[in-house]
Amino acid sequence: MTDPKVTQSEPAPGSTDTQLEPGQARNEVAPPSRSQQVLRDILGGSAMISVLAVVLALLAGGILIALTDKDVQAAAGYFFSRPADTFRAIWDAVAGAYVALFQGSIYNFRADDFVRGIRPLTETLKFATPLITAGLGVALAFRVGLFNIGGRGQMLVAAGAAGYIGFAVPLPPGIHLVVAVLVGMLAGAIWGGIVGLLKARTGAHEVIVTIMLNYVAFYLISYLLTQQWALQAPGSTNPKSAAMLPTAVFPKILGEQFNLHLGFIVAIAATIWFWYFINRSSMGFRFRAVGENPNAAQVAGIKVKSVYVWAMVFSGALVGLAGVNQVLGTVTSGFTATIDASIGFDAITVALLGRSRPVGVFVAGVLFGALKAGGYSMQAAQGVPIDIVLVVQSLIVLFIAAPPLVRAIFRLPVPGTAPKSRTRKLEVAK
Amino acid sequence: MKLELRGITKRFGSLVANDHIDLTVEPGEIHCLLGENGAGKSTLMNVLYGLYQADEGEILLNDEVQHFSGPGDAMNAGIGMVHQHFMLIPVFTVAENVMLGHEQTKFGGLLNLDDARAKVREISARFGFDVDPDALVEDLPVGVQQRVEIIKALSRDASVLVFDEPTAVLTPQETDELMAIMRQLKQSGTSIVFITHKLREVREVADRITVIRLGKVVGEASPTDTNEELASLMVGRAVDLMIDKGPAKPGEVALRVEGLSVIDHRNQLVVNNVSFDVREGEVLAIAGVQGNGQTELTEAIVGLQPKVTGSISLGGRSLRGLSVRQTLDAGVGFVPEDRKIDGLVAEMTIAENLMLDRSEGEPFVKAGTLQLKFRSEFAEEKVREFDIRAQGIDTHVGRLSGGNQQKVVLARELSRELRLLVAAQPTRGLDVGSIEFVHTRIVEARDAGVPVIVVSTELDEVVALADRIAVMYRGGIVGIVPGDTPREVLGLMMAGEHPDTAGEAA
Amino acid sequence: MSVATGSVTPSSAPIELEKAVVRNWKPPIGLGIFALIGILLFVVFARPGATSFRFSTDGDQIQIPIWVVDAGAVYIVVTILLIAIAAVSAFLAYRARRTPIWLIAVFAALFMFGFLTWAAAGASLPVQIASLLVGAVSLSVPLVFGALGGVISERVGVVNVAIEGQLLAGAFVSALVASATGMQFLGLLAAMVAGVLVSFVLAAFSIKYFVDQVIVGVVLNVLVVGLTSFLFSTLLAPNAALLNSPPRFDRIEIPLLSQIPIIGPVFFRQTIIVYLVYIAVFVVWFALFKTRWGLRLRSVGEHPQAADTVGINVARTRFWNVSLAGAIAGLGGAYYTLGSVGAFNKEMTAGAGFIALAAVIFGRWDPIRATLAALLFGFALNLQYALSVIGSPVPSEFMLMVPYLVTIFAVAGLVGYVRGPAAAGKPYVKS
Repeated sequence: MTDPKVTQSEPAPGSTDTQLEPGQARNEVAPPSRSQQVLRDILGGSAMISVLAVVLALLAGGILIALTDKDVQAAAGYFFSRPADTFRAIWDAVAGAYVALFQGSIYNFRADDFVRGIRPLTETLKFATPLITAGLGVALAFRVGLFNIGGRGQMLVAAGAAGYIGFAVPLPPGIHLVVAVLVGMLAGAIWGGIVGLLKARTGAHEVIVTIMLNYVAFYLISYLLTQQWALQAPGSTNPKSAAMLPTAVFPKILGEQFNLHLGFIVAIAATIWFWYFINRSSMGFRFRAVGENPNAAQVAGIKVKSVYVWAMVFSGALVGLAGVNQVLGTVTSGFTATIDASIGFDAITVALLGRSRPVGVFVAGVLFGALKAGGYSMQAAQGVPIDIVLVVQSLIVLFIAAPPLVRAIFRLPVPGTAPKSRTRKLEVAK
Repeated sequence: MKLELRGITKRFGSLVANDHIDLTVEPGEIHCLLGENGAGKSTLMNVLYGLYQADEGEILLNDEVQHFSGPGDAMNAGIGMVHQHFMLIPVFTVAENVMLGHEQTKFGGLLNLDDARAKVREISARFGFDVDPDALVEDLPVGVQQRVEIIKALSRDASVLVFDEPTAVLTPQETDELMAIMRQLKQSGTSIVFITHKLREVREVADRITVIRLGKVVGEASPTDTNEELASLMVGRAVDLMIDKGPAKPGEVALRVEGLSVIDHRNQLVVNNVSFDVREGEVLAIAGVQGNGQTELTEAIVGLQPKVTGSISLGGRSLRGLSVRQTLDAGVGFVPEDRKIDGLVAEMTIAENLMLDRSEGEPFVKAGTLQLKFRSEFAEEKVREFDIRAQGIDTHVGRLSGGNQQKVVLARELSRELRLLVAAQPTRGLDVGSIEFVHTRIVEARDAGVPVIVVSTELDEVVALADRIAVMYRGGIVGIVPGDTPREVLGLMMAGEHPDTAGEAA
Repeated sequence: MSVATGSVTPSSAPIELEKAVVRNWKPPIGLGIFALIGILLFVVFARPGATSFRFSTDGDQIQIPIWVVDAGAVYIVVTILLIAIAAVSAFLAYRARRTPIWLIAVFAALFMFGFLTWAAAGASLPVQIASLLVGAVSLSVPLVFGALGGVISERVGVVNVAIEGQLLAGAFVSALVASATGMQFLGLLAAMVAGVLVSFVLAAFSIKYFVDQVIVGVVLNVLVVGLTSFLFSTLLAPNAALLNSPPRFDRIEIPLLSQIPIIGPVFFRQTIIVYLVYIAVFVVWFALFKTRWGLRLRSVGEHPQAADTVGINVARTRFWNVSLAGAIAGLGGAYYTLGSVGAFNKEMTAGAGFIALAAVIFGRWDPIRATLAALLFGFALNLQYALSVIGSPVPSEFMLMVPYLVTIFAVAGLVGYVRGPAAAGKPYVKS
């Protein structure tokens, strides 16, 4: 993967994305027929790359599982006398882990009835919910050319604000939930807006500011969780809040036997809103123009600075929604300063995998939700630490980011048309 | 040294940038490579310099075949290059720039800067340059930076020196000095390849001329040929260098600029106390060598510069302090200097780019929602009207040729009700056909009674379009003269001479 | 020859455009805010009593007596001086002159003195200046290594957000190797290799495949967290005695130097890794600005195309220097397991890589300044521990925020115009 030699072969000039094979450049080859061309585009195109990236990452995860499995290690000790044992152990370890992953995330065949069997899928959607909304938030910033690494901070302040309304401010049913959600989103929007404001007013780079604000938010919430007048549960000495009042909790949408709650519907709504906003609204048009070329946008009279501020406000609100989702949907018994569960960082990978398109982000969110849900059952059933999910997740994004690498591994053709952008960022980033 | 290129072919995808090009440069000869923008001159020189690998053909020096895998090889073989965009590191000193890549070191890898300074001084003395080896390059004026480039090449004992469009950033006087330097180099035996598209310079300095068009050598020419002969060879048909333009019928004063100054981020007065006015139905051309404040002046008018003093008023209404949005709404059309950076969003479609400056309010937007049907109809109409050659209105603008890109910008700016048109370098990098089209449109706008400001560093363009000419130098206006002022006078004004004395000197 | 012979002499002397007079009000505003905080703390919320400072440690031969000050007197003097300096700065700004750095340094030192006096007023224990500084240096070591790696990487044109990953990988591998072999130096070496491996991925993806460098960096951090946590759970935790009990380096006292009051214990009674820091800082600074390697490295980071045209291989220069940066950052990771903490634990670097990144920016991409910034951040972190020992009224969370807040202020331009390497973050594609 990291062969140092590769960097010494210099990129071809001009449209570097299509590195010409020697034969391709010199000989007059008959132009490919139409159907061949279509096949090439499908094989080399981005959807195929995405699928292959997932396959590659799971493969790498499998290798890790096999290498660290006790039975495999034991069998490898006498590999030369009975090699078949080793392979069987590898198969058992990897297949066992991935079957557990599947059963924990999609359908459990061993369950007694359909309701229990399908439960993992609802768990997947439950885990996917904050990933989708936070992913949309990061994606929105991407579309404006901004890199929102501040998901953690925005989620924490949103969770803190929504949580406070949730346990400390009794309101009538219905209104309570709505107010808590809105206040949480507002808090996320403000925390994101600070970044946009600093970027617009002083040119401070958003990557640095968001990273730093993550820690500021963490220590701020940590502090508030130790204060009786703020977030700490009354009478408690633990840095933990009280449980949410029932009126502020997202209702379960599939009945009490499933954990899936209203937050998922909100995530679907957010996805639809994102589509409309980016593709059909005039503000979204300005967002995209700034994201693709801020100079031209400015010359055309678009107020780039205010777009930066609003983009971070919207982005922070969407990411904040994920924090709200955590305290009002997933962990309603009170929260700590780790309530964000590193979803803020996962959201970056979700947005990248989804190429910052609404449907893409939704699908990517569900996929990573499945990895999480399955990861827990894999840990429980097979003793494979949940951290493997992080490895798989980051590998997927790395592979997605470098299509030539995936093509090289699978010896796929380069798609017919030369992409026009020189920099191979994932289309979305800046 | 004798340089020979044989059958050089270079392709980028399906585009053939160089098609079997042959070229021979004899020792001590100034060989001009003449061609339009995009004819393939720079590609050829980048092949020669090892930056590109040729797909076919070979390079010979003194009849020996060379294989350059990078610029290092080319330099070691004795080829030097003065790049169009200077290849100097702004935050390094002159000496550091000159030594970079072939540094002399002392014990422990310590840089031997004394050596480099001495070298700079020695070469400077030989050619009468006055270059301080310890000056930071970013603090030097462009003319001096170019000399640093020459010193850099000579410090490696280059015996073939390539000048790639070296005069673009120079005043006519600096250009003359450069020509003198070239002759001096030639006398000392250096072979020179001089790449340009400016006919006057070619005829003045060249020993031999090779003309390139669309990646092919289309012929050799002699310095004694006329401008028209050279031009027709260069563009492939007889061209009329002037456009048809009736006399201006100036009306009321529309734009009035008084005491305008612009301060940049380094607190320099890049535009210094400038005053002028433009009448309805006239073209005021702003001439001057690049980097003398023209860019900042136009940006100040449009509202893109943050620190502006003085006054700008259009039809009695003050424009200063307005945002870009408000300025555009006041009826100002702006064709920016660099269309790729400031004019267009390459990743967006033609239709989207055509509405770029009208994303607020009707007719393109209702209730915050884009009116896609209206936009499509509008775009179809403009594509027809401005003869934009593309597959359709959903083609990404980045895939269009330069000429068609500029047509998109013009279509957008001219489709609003204009009370002022500001066009900065409207034809830079365009082919002759597109230049004609752009010029015609600008004159049409003028004839419709719109006051027009055209900024250009090309004297040809200034002379072709201007009813009056303002010449800028070091942030100030040297003088405003009639459109038929002789080129020599304009040239001297571009070097800062006052028009009266400039007239006498010429 | 030409029309204009002699009429215009070329002006080769640098053309200076006229400069406008611009007043920069940022320094006085910044100082003013801190002076106000000072007034708030020292006057409005003044804590009466005496504060004692102890400068020596038990092992010192020369013992400096404990210095006891009356807090009230300190408040008066410090507050007046703070206001005076802010006023001087405002005056200088009005005259369009810059506030000198040393004045800001004096201001900062005064503020810190006043703050310590305030925080420890009436406390039974003295403020342990020496151990405060010793701890600060200790906490700074990984930050300095990380920052040096960041400086090299960014100077050559590759934004390095993966410092955190490099530190963590270094910590993990050094613990593993040093435990398994029982040799600290092998652990040190392995940490460098681990940092280089992380760099390889960063370099390969950003240089060969032109992937956005920030994206690779962020994803790499996640990958390293995942990998080390996974391997910690599956390998290190079950076999802790064998694989996760690295031998630590002993402190080495430098003769004579270690006996200098305050400075001795702070700088010259440290482990070998700390002495490596001193060498690394000097070598990086020297090499970056005085040698051929540094000149080429910086040229690639500023203007890769220009470097290319004089025969410098941009991709190769970037690749190997990013790798070198990884090796240095990896060393910083080793300090956790071989120098300070001991056994490896999940995510034990806890964001130090990002503080190192902050130090790079706060230090304006200069190895010396970045080191000073890292020391400053280390001091802020350690101050929090020291204050909680004394029983200070400031919540530790707010002290922990300081490096991050300082960095936000820094990038927001309160410390002046910051200009990084021009080509950092931009992939170089030949065109």
